Amino acid sequence: MFRIVSHTIARDLRLALRRPADLASVLFFFIIVASLFPLGVGPEVDLLRQLAPGVLWVGALLATQLSLPRLFADDYRDGTLEQLALSPNPLGLMVLGKVIAHWLVSGLPLALLAPVLGLQFDLPTDALWVLAGSILLGTPALSGIGAIGAGLTLGLRGGGVLLSLLVLPLYIPVLIFGAGAVDASVSGLGPGAHLSLLAALTVGGLAFAPWAAAAALKIALE
Amino acid sequence: MRMIHWFKFSAPSTFYPLAGKLIPWFWALFAGFALAGLWISFFVAPTDFQQGEGYRIIFIHVGASWMSMFIYLVMAFWAGMGLAFNTRLSGMMAQALAPTGALFAFISLWTGALWGKPMWGTWWVWDARLTSELILLFLYIGFIALTRAIDDSRRSDKAGAILALVGVVNIPIIYFSVKWWNTLHQGASVSLTRAPAMASIMLWGMLFSAFAMWMYAVAVALMRVRTIILERERHTDWVRELLLDRS
Amino acid sequence: MHWNSFSDFIAMGGHGLYVWGAFGVTALAMILEPWLVIRRHRAVRERLARQLRAEARLEQAP
Repeated sequence: MFRIVSHTIARDLRLALRRPADLASVLFFFIIVASLFPLGVGPEVDLLRQLAPGVLWVGALLATQLSLPRLFADDYRDGTLEQLALSPNPLGLMVLGKVIAHWLVSGLPLALLAPVLGLQFDLPTDALWVLAGSILLGTPALSGIGAIGAGLTLGLRGGGVLLSLLVLPLYIPVLIFGAGAVDASVSGLGPGAHLSLLAALTVGGLAFAPWAAAAALKIALE
Repeated sequence: MRMIHWFKFSAPSTFYPLAGKLIPWFWALFAGFALAGLWISFFVAPTDFQQGEGYRIIFIHVGASWMSMFIYLVMAFWAGMGLAFNTRLSGMMAQALAPTGALFAFISLWTGALWGKPMWGTWWVWDARLTSELILLFLYIGFIALTRAIDDSRRSDKAGAILALVGVVNIPIIYFSVKWWNTLHQGASVSLTRAPAMASIMLWGMLFSAFAMWMYAVAVALMRVRTIILERERHTDWVRELLLDRS
Repeated sequence: MHWNSFSDFIAMGGHGLYVWGAFGVTALAMILEPWLVIRRHRAVRERLARQLRAEARLEQAP
């Protein structure tokens, strides 16, 4: 069981690293979106500090969502997905591996990058840590829920826009607890409660989402 | 025995004429409940001493909100039935219900805004319930967009079913998170719960209008499902007979 | 009955615009939706009937 997951992770990582430009474009998207906000609302430090948790979280959310269509598309096109679906191994575990690999190339770098962008918004040091931690904790759930959307829209025309329509409303709880954690840290309330709820969402998401995504993939492959 | 009976009606060829017979009855029930509801909302319910006459909007607002949530549950139920038993009609029912549910979510938001303006002085507050209703509308739109984007009807039904079930699992989580978010940002919003203790006549008004909307939703969904059945079964003998006999 | 006159009823104690805006749009939506559904049902029926008749004629032709 563990072998299937780790094997899929290793394979997907190898494929992703073969095309580093894709990885970089997601990160640059995040940087650009975060930099647009000060230009839009003005450089007042107090205002920016107040906006920072929401802006950076929405940016991370959109960046994650942007890379979702590629989650299954390549394997679908070259027929690998069909073979994987026919193999005796449970498809859900394979999806779990792909979700983790997706997180390693999107959520993890986003979490490492976010504190740097937080500096642009003059966030205090504590809040920077919480920001990185909350993105680290929350993005696996985003990848998991996103996999369901990616499975449902596989091979459809206009799949990318449709995918965001399906997935973004489902991302709202993660956004609320993620940005809330940073907010709570800035206002001195302590982010503990938010972070544990975020962790619960991630655990729940990773436990259920791969199976729903696997069911969606089976339908798409019929 | 009973199971056989039910599966007989779940065949599109039997259900199509049955639905046709039922539709007028649901319209009649709708008319009765709607008249009773309107009568209570405008002529029986007294003027509210705090909110004046503007509060009469809640007679439709509450009913529409209830229906928008209820229809999503019914939709998810049919979706689950379709996945579990592979009955063709279930998926068609789910797709027929979605636009009506979205319409009620829209009506709920629209009437909520028109109620909020005279009561709170603003068209929109980020209240937990209003926000959840907005997200529910997004979920409906996602379902409709997905099912319309897939041409193959079997895949469309099943993909829609998965999305509806994922949505149903998520709705409580979304509602909880929005409520949590709302209590943390208390200063920015006004709570809806400050409505005065509800007189029983008001409850009757709301119930009647909600029943009217329920009957309406059933009638419209049956009408829509008949169209979907015709389109999907156009190559079958019974549709051929039905359409050629008439003309 | 607590309305003294018809104009009183329309004014709704100064909230007429809101009350009638809410009830009016709801009524409009609940008329428009069935109308669209009926129209589509008729269109689908007619289109299918035309197709079926054309097919029947083709079968009879030779």
